[in-house]
Amino acid sequence: MTSLSISHAHVATDILPARQAPPIKRMPLLKMLFGDILSAALTTGALMTILALMPAVQWGLVDATWTTADPAACRDGGACWAFVGAKLRFILFGLYPPEAQWRPMIMMGLMVGMVLVSLSPALWGRKLVIAWQVAVAMMLTLMWGGVAGLSFVPTSQWGGLPVTLLLALLSLGCGFPFAVFLALGRRSSLPIPSVLSVGLIETVRGLPLVGLLFVASILLPLLLPPTWTIDKLGRTFAALTVFAAAYLAEVIRGGLQAIPAGQIEAAKALGIPHWKAIQHIVMPQAIQKVIPPLTNTAIVMVKNTSLVMIVGVFDMLSAGRSAAMDPTWPAPYREAYLFVGLIYFALCVAISYYARWLELRVKAKDYR
Amino acid sequence: MLFALWDNRRIRNNVIQVLLFAGFAGLLFWLWSNTAANLAARGIRVGFDYLNRQANFPISESVLPYDPSDTFGWAYVIGVTNTAVISLTAIIISTFIGLVIALVRLSNNPLASKMAALFVGVIRNMPLIVQLLFWYALATTVLPAPRLAFNPLPGFYLSLRGLYVPAISLGPQAGPFAAACLAVLIAAVIMRRLAPISAWSLSKWVLLGGLAVAAVVLLRPSVSFPELKGFNFIGGLRLSPEFAALMLGLVLYTSVFISEVIRGGIEAVSRGQWEAGRALGLSERHVMFRIIIPQALRIIVPPMTSQYLSTVKNTTLALAVGYPELGLVVGTVINQTGQAIESISILLAVFLTISIAVSMFMNWYNAHVALVTR
Repeated sequence: MTSLSISHAHVATDILPARQAPPIKRMPLLKMLFGDILSAALTTGALMTILALMPAVQWGLVDATWTTADPAACRDGGACWAFVGAKLRFILFGLYPPEAQWRPMIMMGLMVGMVLVSLSPALWGRKLVIAWQVAVAMMLTLMWGGVAGLSFVPTSQWGGLPVTLLLALLSLGCGFPFAVFLALGRRSSLPIPSVLSVGLIETVRGLPLVGLLFVASILLPLLLPPTWTIDKLGRTFAALTVFAAAYLAEVIRGGLQAIPAGQIEAAKALGIPHWKAIQHIVMPQAIQKVIPPLTNTAIVMVKNTSLVMIVGVFDMLSAGRSAAMDPTWPAPYREAYLFVGLIYFALCVAISYYARWLELRVKAKDYR
Repeated sequence: MLFALWDNRRIRNNVIQVLLFAGFAGLLFWLWSNTAANLAARGIRVGFDYLNRQANFPISESVLPYDPSDTFGWAYVIGVTNTAVISLTAIIISTFIGLVIALVRLSNNPLASKMAALFVGVIRNMPLIVQLLFWYALATTVLPAPRLAFNPLPGFYLSLRGLYVPAISLGPQAGPFAAACLAVLIAAVIMRRLAPISAWSLSKWVLLGGLAVAAVVLLRPSVSFPELKGFNFIGGLRLSPEFAALMLGLVLYTSVFISEVIRGGIEAVSRGQWEAGRALGLSERHVMFRIIIPQALRIIVPPMTSQYLSTVKNTTLALAVGYPELGLVVGTVINQTGQAIESISILLAVFLTISIAVSMFMNWYNAHVALVTR
């Protein structure tokens, strides 16, 4: 600077001090709420909704009976949360033998632990897949028993939250490999794989899950040889897996479409065989791209497991319903459904928060 | 030699395809032969002649007339019409409520917007079947007996027996009138193609006015109000607790998802469109309804299609609350006749047809609203 020594009058020579950013203009709350007619109407509407909901609050919180040993104490008006406390074990574990209920407890602990470990993308890899396979084998052993001194518990006695969680987790986990092949088949230029994949995906997606569950629970025994006896839980699981596979396949297809053709062309130019290129180059990128929608499918599947009640599988919702049928309590159906709904809510919200976090992370990684 | 053949891409592809096809055909044949063997062992005869037999089971409510002496075939028709009616009603109501929720969420009013967001979060994260069972429990345990029915509006009674609303009954000319409406609609579509827009906007009102007059003259609609007689209501239209619970649950659930679709579409329209509209001096309402929403429609249509389709599929959950839609009818028929294969095939065929028809219509509509690039 000094060596140039330009001294025109209009050239500033001294550096100006940094100025404070102008303060953010805040709209006063009152103006936000009642600023114009529309806003005032909305505020009034919102306040009236809150007022209209007051009886529900009165019922659920103020008048509620929180703890009581005597079911008759629940008869005067408010919500009977004492019922949920008294029936908690039944709603959570169903008909599972009470003395063995530590097993589904540990099973769920294991599941939560594995899920927590799998949250961080840094740990994703082949080892984690193997760990999951071992963990699932352990979970099923814990539930079934029959080995290592554990008493055998048939699936007809499984129930409640463990069934809900297992169905959601396993249908997604087992549906995923099928989904990958269906998505590849749909993208294939060969006519037979693509027609078969499109046919299967669109048929399953065009049907209500209840229809598939009907097929699995009523038709499947007719379609298989008489010596193959698959119990009800297994058949429902098969239906949920097919359902999950079709929906996951569409999500994965979206990811495959987003991979530029240059990737596979580059692999070809390097002499990498087609399937190796798919496995190591295309698929990993495609799946990484669709992780947010995949978590959406996970939420959908968690919610869908509740439909197994229709074909008589004893999941958490059926357990809640059966608990409320107990004549010693004054028909606390609302409390039972609210409690069960709350557990589903917690599961789904947890998944969606995770998805949001993951999306931000993936985005940050993309721009780096 | 064999390796050399395997290295030829075309031969390899063909071999894979043949194997795949053979595997699929083999699987189908295996299932078919199992089924044949199982059916023979159980002495079940497959065929659709049971459709003509007398059904002998009641259906609690239906839009078309039904009696247990009708045939199984007619019972299916009742199931399909009930499914169609609840689907259509739920879709239409949910679309409006969904739009309202989306607009409230996008509004500048923090209280209303936060409340709408909370509502959306709660409803969308609970399974529909839990919500249906909850509303049904509410409808059957909390509501008072007919004598003590809630009477929120004149002519509306809410009690354990369901919701009674005033019914509009139409005169004998309803059929010809519907035909006339259809003719007018077709004429309007043709006119719209031919006439200039200014003529269209005037004639639209003339047409609508003419139709309204014709409706009153031809149909002589009469309204019947429900009245408490003894222990129950007489007159009016009864919506059963099952129907009410199903409708409430389905509409809330669907409208929340629709509101998310609409909100996504509106937010996807670039901010510049808002700013340009304001710069031209248009009011907020005009910017929203004349500039933003027409553009958002293009983004909204595909996800909206899948929402509508899921709604149709979700109606099968009516099974849980005992509303006689197709799924419940199919379940009853299977219990009565044991004709599981035929009944489930009918269920699947109906839903596949609806899915395909709706997606074809929506594809057509999508092409209709698509951006015309010149």
